[in-house]
Amino acid sequence: MIALLAFYLFATVMIASAVCVIFARNPVHSVLWLILAFFNAAGLMLLVGAEFIAMLLVIVYVGAVAVLFLFVVMMLDIDFAELRSGFTRNLPFGIILAIVLLAEMVLAISAWKAGPVLSGAVPRDTAVEPNIVALGQVLYSRFLYPFEIAGLILLVAMIGAIVLTHRSRGDVRGQKVSKQVDRRPDEAIKLENPTVGEGMKL
Amino acid sequence: MITLAHFLTVAAILFVLGVLGIFLNRRNVILILMAIELILLAVNINLVAFSAFLGDLVGQVMAMFVLTVAAAEAAIGLAILVIFFRRRGSIAVDDVNRMHG
Repeated sequence: MIALLAFYLFATVMIASAVCVIFARNPVHSVLWLILAFFNAAGLMLLVGAEFIAMLLVIVYVGAVAVLFLFVVMMLDIDFAELRSGFTRNLPFGIILAIVLLAEMVLAISAWKAGPVLSGAVPRDTAVEPNIVALGQVLYSRFLYPFEIAGLILLVAMIGAIVLTHRSRGDVRGQKVSKQVDRRPDEAIKLENPTVGEGMKL
Repeated sequence: MITLAHFLTVAAILFVLGVLGIFLNRRNVILILMAIELILLAVNINLVAFSAFLGDLVGQVMAMFVLTVAAAEAAIGLAILVIFFRRRGSIAVDDVNRMHG
């Protein structure tokens, strides 16, 4: 019963926030709705017993991708005065959203404790082998090469993003490695013993 | 009781919303990228639901790979967006065809 309630809550909130992602006027609001959608999708995956994917969704999507979106949205041309002016107006709405999220987490945990619920599903004995253990065993044996290729894709994406956005700026003084390496103690340090009241000559 | 059809319906609605988002926000590239994320999320829900239904972990492994590719795609897409904005001062998709040559 609680699982059914949790499913409908997660599904409804996820679809509603997906609608808001599309229709929000402000891109920053879109990103925040996207985060809510990801949280609820993680709750849905928790319901069927895919705990690792659910946590991965929260860590990767909410922690990395959504924050990346937020950075880029804020880097581009958005009227920040307009954003700040709505803060007190949006505060009650934000508090309501936080309460809803908290209630969903409590509900998700209690539904998860009741066990995976999917009628007609082939049951897996999670007491013997938890989801993350089973997933790791499959991932590092049968899917070892795809797994490494996935790592390679991430590496290529990282290098690509750095190469694309890097620009050498003329107004910044860069590091001169050879000059630093050539520096010797006798030319870098000078010992002085100034007399009282005269100060030092540099 | 929750059946597989429930999850497939939710994922289908999410997928359609993502496609709708691409078509509605033709001018804003950031929203298009977010809509693509929604579509990939729908695919992930499908994969995980089938995986749980069949008692087979391969679906969850595939969902992980989809997640990887989605993260890489978002990073590259946003990097392209940043340099495009730096060059042109706007992110309207209508101007993108001027990038060639």
